Amino acid sequence: MLELAAVQGVSIEDQSVAGSPLAIRGLTVSYGQKPAVFSVDMTVQPGAMTAIIGPNGAGKSTLLKAALGIVSPLSGQVTVFGKPLGEQRARIAYVPQRASVDWDFPTRVIDVVLMGLSRQLGLLGRVRARHKAGAMDCLHRVGMRDFADRQIGQLSGGQQQRVFLARALAQDADLYLLDEPFAGVDAATEKAIIAVLKSLRESGKTVVVVHHDLATVTDYFDHVFLINTRKVAEGPVAEAFTAETLQSAYGGRLATAQIDQISRALG
Amino acid sequence: MLWDALTLQLGYNAALVAIGATLLGVSAGVTGTFLFLRKRALVSDAISHATLPGVCLAFMVMVALGGDGRNLPGLLAGSAVSAWLGLLCMNWLTRHTRLAEDAAIGAILSVFFGLGIVLLTVIQTMGVGRQAGLEGFLLGSTAGMLWADALIIAVGGAATLILVMIIRRPMTMVAFDPEYAAARGLPVNRIDLAMMGLVMAVTVVGLKIVGLILIVALLIIPPVTARFWTDRSDRVVLLAGLTGGMAGYLGAALSASAPNLPTGPIIVLVSFGFFALSLFLAPARGVLAAVLRHLRFQRRVHIRQGLLALAQGQKIYEPLTLRLLRRAGLVRADGVATDPGKARAAKALRDEKRWEIVRSDLAHEATAALYDGLRDIETVLTLDQIAEIDRRIGTPQEVPA
Repeated sequence: MLELAAVQGVSIEDQSVAGSPLAIRGLTVSYGQKPAVFSVDMTVQPGAMTAIIGPNGAGKSTLLKAALGIVSPLSGQVTVFGKPLGEQRARIAYVPQRASVDWDFPTRVIDVVLMGLSRQLGLLGRVRARHKAGAMDCLHRVGMRDFADRQIGQLSGGQQQRVFLARALAQDADLYLLDEPFAGVDAATEKAIIAVLKSLRESGKTVVVVHHDLATVTDYFDHVFLINTRKVAEGPVAEAFTAETLQSAYGGRLATAQIDQISRALG
Repeated sequence: MLWDALTLQLGYNAALVAIGATLLGVSAGVTGTFLFLRKRALVSDAISHATLPGVCLAFMVMVALGGDGRNLPGLLAGSAVSAWLGLLCMNWLTRHTRLAEDAAIGAILSVFFGLGIVLLTVIQTMGVGRQAGLEGFLLGSTAGMLWADALIIAVGGAATLILVMIIRRPMTMVAFDPEYAAARGLPVNRIDLAMMGLVMAVTVVGLKIVGLILIVALLIIPPVTARFWTDRSDRVVLLAGLTGGMAGYLGAALSASAPNLPTGPIIVLVSFGFFALSLFLAPARGVLAAVLRHLRFQRRVHIRQGLLALAQGQKIYEPLTLRLLRRAGLVRADGVATDPGKARAAKALRDEKRWEIVRSDLAHEATAALYDGLRDIETVLTLDQIAEIDRRIGTPQEVPA
C-alpha cells in the first residue's frame, strides 16, 4: 500500500511537470556559501502570465537565470515543456535586464533584433529580405519600427527595453521569460510592453515576468510566484497574492500602508 | 626610395616582408576586433608574453634532438603550446577564483615572460645558443626572412581569417550580451576560448615580423581606429582589417626604405598614425567634430533662448546671446528686436508649442525622440501634420513689442 501511494505520488508529480511550460524542482543556487535561491519548486501554468515577486535580493533574477541555465545550480532540475532544458532551447525566449549590456556597443536596432533569428541564420547564412522583414515586424509590434537604423545608444531606456522584447519576439518562442522589463521605463513603454505580453498570452504563449511593482500585479498577471530565497506562495493572483503572503515574503520591509492598499485593491 | 619600397621594388626580402606584414595586419585587425568588442583587449598582451617560454623550450628540445634549433615551424609550435597553457591558466583563474581578469592578466604575463627570459639567458650560455637569434622574437626581426617564413605567415593568417569569419556571429552575440547568448544555448566559455585561441594564432604568426611585445598593438589599435568611423560591428571588423593591412604594408615599406629601421615598431607607429588621424578627424566620434558640434550646439541654444525671450517680451542679459542675435541681425545694437527678429521669435515660440503636442502624443513618438529644443518642426513633420497640430493649438499669438 505504501509503495502504491509513493508510485501514485510520483505519477501525479510527473503529470504536473509534463504539462508545464517550466517546471522547477528542488532548485538551489548559491553564490559562495550563501544560497540565493533555496530548494525552490515552481510549476508555471501554460498560457498564463505569471509574475515572480519578492523583495530585493530575494533571488528573483537568479531563479530566472537558473531556469535558463545561465547560472548553474547547486542542485535541482529544470524541465521545459516536459523535457530537459537543453532540448527545448528553441522554445524559450529571454529578455534580460536592460542594464546587463553596454549600450555603446557598435550595433543598430535592427541588428539586435536579428540576433533573435540566429538559429534560422546559422553560422554563415546570409541575412535575407525575409529575415529583415521578420525583424521589422517584431519592431513594429513594440512600436519601434521607425528606429530600426539607429545606433542602440541613441535610444531612451524604455526604447532599449522594447528592442530587447522585439529580439525575443523574433525567436517566435512558446515560453517568454522577462527580467524586470518595467524597471525604469516610461509609461508609453510600459503600455506597449504589457500589450505585447497580453497578445502573446492570447495566442497561447506562456509569459513569466520578474516584477517589482506590487501595485500593477492584479492588473497585469494571472498567477504569482512569491519568493524570498525560499518559495513563499504560488498560485492564481486572487489566492496567492494576499496581505498574508506579502507580509511573509517581504517581512518588515513592506510598509503596512502599502499592504493595506493592496488588500483593499484585492477587495 | 620610399616609392620603390611601396611598389615592392626593393628586392626579394623587402617584398616578402611587405606582403607578410600586410596579411598579418589584416588578420590581426579582424581578430582583434572581437577581443575589443568583448572588452578583453589586454588578454592579448598576456597571450603574447606567454609565447616566450615555449619558443625557448622548443629551441632547447630541437637542439637536444640534434636538429636545427632555429627551425621556424618548430619554434612557433612551441610558442603556441605555452601561449595556450597561459590562456588556460588565465581562464581558470578568472572563472574559479575571486581574482579579477586584470589581476590574472598581470600574473600570467609576468610569470610566463619571466620564465621565458630565464630560459633565453640559459640558451645564450649554451654553445649553439649565441647565434640562435631568439631575442628577435621579442621585437620581431625581418632581416633574414625566407620564402618559407612568409608562407607560414600567409597560410596562418588566412586560416585565422577564415575561422574568424565562420564564428563571427556567435562571437558578436557573446560580446554584446553574454547572458542572452547563454540563454540561447551558446557555449559562451568555449566561444571565448575559441576567440582567444584565434588571437593566439595571430600572435604566433606575427612573432617573426612584429615580435611578442608589440603584437598587442596590431590587435587593438585597428579596431579602436575603426570604431571612430562606424556604429556597426560588421563594419568595424572590415575597417579594422583594412587599416591593419594598410599599416602592415606601409610600415614594412617605410622600414625597408632606410637602413636600420625596425619593421615591427614602424608598423605599430603607422598604425598609431591612423588612430591619431581618426581620433581627431572622424566625423561623428572624433574629437574635432565633437568640439565643433558642441560650439554649434551652444550657439543654437543661445539664439533659440534669445528668440523665446524676445517672443515673451523678456529682457536678455546674457552677453553671448545678445552678441549672437545682433550678428544674425535679429536684434538692434540696443537690444530691441528687428522685424526679422520678431518673425523668428514668433515662429520659435509657436514651434515650441507644436513640439509640446508632438511630445505628448504617442503617435509621434519617433519624431518626439528627435526633440532637442532647437530643431525647426518642418524638418521632421510634413505640412499636413503641422497644420493638424496648429488646429489643436489655436490661432497664433501676437509678439509683444
